[in-house]
Amino acid sequence: MRWVRDPLLVVEGLTMRFGGLTAVRDLSFSVGRGDITALIGPNGAGKTTVFNCITGFYKPTSGLMALSTGGPVRLDEVAALASTGHRYKCVDDQIGADGVFLLERMPDFEIARRARVARTFQNIRLFSGMTVLENLIVAQHTPLMRASGWTIKGLFGAPQYREAEAAAMKRARYWLEHIELTHRADDAAGSLPYGDQRRLEIARAMCTDPVLLCLDEPAAGLNPRESLELNTLLRTIRDHHATSILLIEHDMSVVMEISDHVVVLEYGLRISDGTPESVRNDPKVIAAYLGVDDDEVAQVEAEVGL
Amino acid sequence: MDTTGGGTPVSEGALPSPRFPIEDALRSAGLWALVTLGLCFPIVAFETLQDFSNRLTIQARPLLVLFAVAAVFAGRFGWLALRHHGLPQLLPSTRFELTPERKKQLPRIGLAALLIFPFFALLLTGQGGAVKWIDNFGVQILIYVMLAWGLNIVVGLAGLLDLGYVAFYAVGAYAYALIATYVIPATVPGLGPWAFWICLPIAGILAAFWGILLGFPVLRLRGDYLAIVTLAFGEIIRLVLINWVEVTNGNAGIRTPYITFFGLPFSSRTGETTFGDVFSLPGSPAVHRSMFLYYTILALALLVAVATQRLRRLPIGRAWEAMREDEIACRSLGINTVNTKLTAFAIGAMFGGLAGAFFGARQGFVNPRSFEFMESATILAIVVLGGMGSLVGVAIAAIAVIGGIELLRELSFLKQIFGPEFDPGQYRMLIFGLAMVLMMIWRPRGLVGARQPTMPLDGNAKAISSSHVKEGHG
Repeated sequence: MRWVRDPLLVVEGLTMRFGGLTAVRDLSFSVGRGDITALIGPNGAGKTTVFNCITGFYKPTSGLMALSTGGPVRLDEVAALASTGHRYKCVDDQIGADGVFLLERMPDFEIARRARVARTFQNIRLFSGMTVLENLIVAQHTPLMRASGWTIKGLFGAPQYREAEAAAMKRARYWLEHIELTHRADDAAGSLPYGDQRRLEIARAMCTDPVLLCLDEPAAGLNPRESLELNTLLRTIRDHHATSILLIEHDMSVVMEISDHVVVLEYGLRISDGTPESVRNDPKVIAAYLGVDDDEVAQVEAEVGL
Repeated sequence: MDTTGGGTPVSEGALPSPRFPIEDALRSAGLWALVTLGLCFPIVAFETLQDFSNRLTIQARPLLVLFAVAAVFAGRFGWLALRHHGLPQLLPSTRFELTPERKKQLPRIGLAALLIFPFFALLLTGQGGAVKWIDNFGVQILIYVMLAWGLNIVVGLAGLLDLGYVAFYAVGAYAYALIATYVIPATVPGLGPWAFWICLPIAGILAAFWGILLGFPVLRLRGDYLAIVTLAFGEIIRLVLINWVEVTNGNAGIRTPYITFFGLPFSSRTGETTFGDVFSLPGSPAVHRSMFLYYTILALALLVAVATQRLRRLPIGRAWEAMREDEIACRSLGINTVNTKLTAFAIGAMFGGLAGAFFGARQGFVNPRSFEFMESATILAIVVLGGMGSLVGVAIAAIAVIGGIELLRELSFLKQIFGPEFDPGQYRMLIFGLAMVLMMIWRPRGLVGARQPTMPLDGNAKAISSSHVKEGHG
């Protein structure tokens, strides 16, 4: 129950409306530090919308999303910050410093570099014309940019920049080995097979050194063997890096195998929240996925709150 | 048209049919001739002439039509016959292989050729003809190489389609004209001879500033919308230059001081010491001047090339290319795409401004006619023809396009064939368009479509096929 004891991200009353359509309705959940949290639900349940809100690609209609690096989210601290009008409060002004971040107030790229939330996309978005290695280097833009003195120092080949580039290269090598793509490092990312592209996108997100990694259907389109490799990769990330994972997934073998915490959405509402076992046995979840007998519809609808 | 009966159903790899299918070939050639006839009918078949009382009369030209139709028929038939009997054997098989080693030497060889070009021209054509070759060809082409390399940063690397690039060229040229002609003589006349070198950085900074100014409103625009707004920006600058007569002197333009050799004039009517006197050089001042212009623009163009190469290997350059590939992914990695776009606009514009200042100093005169949309289109065409992002490809395209246009002016012997009114220069747009169409068929990604990676893991990385590289969405 780390998501109660030591929450990294707390989402409170998140609502997202597109015109007349309410994609997410008053959703609350939290993500535990060091957990793999799965967000599941039938198609159109609003999972990707939640992702887009957390990563700043959508501005939610209302709601609060507080992320705290360095310690659990404390609601009094969040309330104090929310009343000030600031977007975040950090221990110092350095980019990447620990602090409390109100994600609903921050633009997408600030969420990625200040709050250190990285993400992947349902339809892979690699820089297909750049090499595998370049993809991993671009992901380290923020520290490299600072080391290059906002380009000026770098233009004259300052040693500080060379060091930073070597460090970036080292990190890229590390991830290349982890996703077993070292031999293809100099090939165009677009020329990789689908499964490799999926893994590369995860490695690229990891190169930003995130505290929270949001994966949108990482196992989609993978064969069973690749699915297994993905499980191993995600476990490695959780166990050996200070990165928590939030993932959307349809592949139940992945979800039940690796998640510590599962949140189930249907029609933009949270219908279940708990450990994989408790969710698996939740009648609402079973109803949402498998449907119910005709004579039980009214009863289940009342339970779900429709 | 080809599919209706190409005559030879020989696809590559299949066995050639033993017999040349004359009927099919004739049918195909006939169809082509028919289409030609249709195309000829109103335009070529009739000519409007003024008679003695200034009335328009229509005169038919059946012979000309017949000639065109017959030429197309014969050409198509001949082509099919040639292809059937094996074209490669008939053409000389001098296929030049570009090995990686040769490719690496290409820029070096090109640079050496550029460095010796003026002396070579002087040697071949003498004092009289050299100015034309150095100035009309060398300097003119290098200005466009520099402009195209500058635009390459915006279009080729950052993937932002800019149709108004000439605006920055104009900003640079007018910055030089106004400061060198009015501001410096009015404030510190002693600096007069240094005007060009003082104005060069100012022009660059001003153009960069205008680049950012253009960048802000178009940040949210992509693709066609971005192209239209940048086009409008180019036109606005030109219209302001025409209509703000008090400052720019409108269409009449501004006469600017000529470029000097770091303060030493190249020619003098008042008897000052000239460049030729000081270094006791033989030859005319015009040659000295054009040579100096040549090496100045060569240095400026190389500055752009070196800067581009360096920037590509820095985070900002990689961010530009990443933005061209996928802007949303960039934002998800913490890249501020607003700043990234603005820097691309500013740096591209700065190089345009530098080229503009040089243009002002070279011409000795600026007016808005030099900054029409056609210039933007030409520069963009060079970038696209050369292969977006590739410095070598863009340089070759600039030489081909600008050199080609200049060469057309040289073809005066054609007048003897087509009559004294024939001006080959008039056909440049036609040839230009044709070349574009052919390029789009054979090399849709430009001369050098492959992308060179900026950072290999170990040793050398091979170029990335153009099929993976995106053009950007604006």
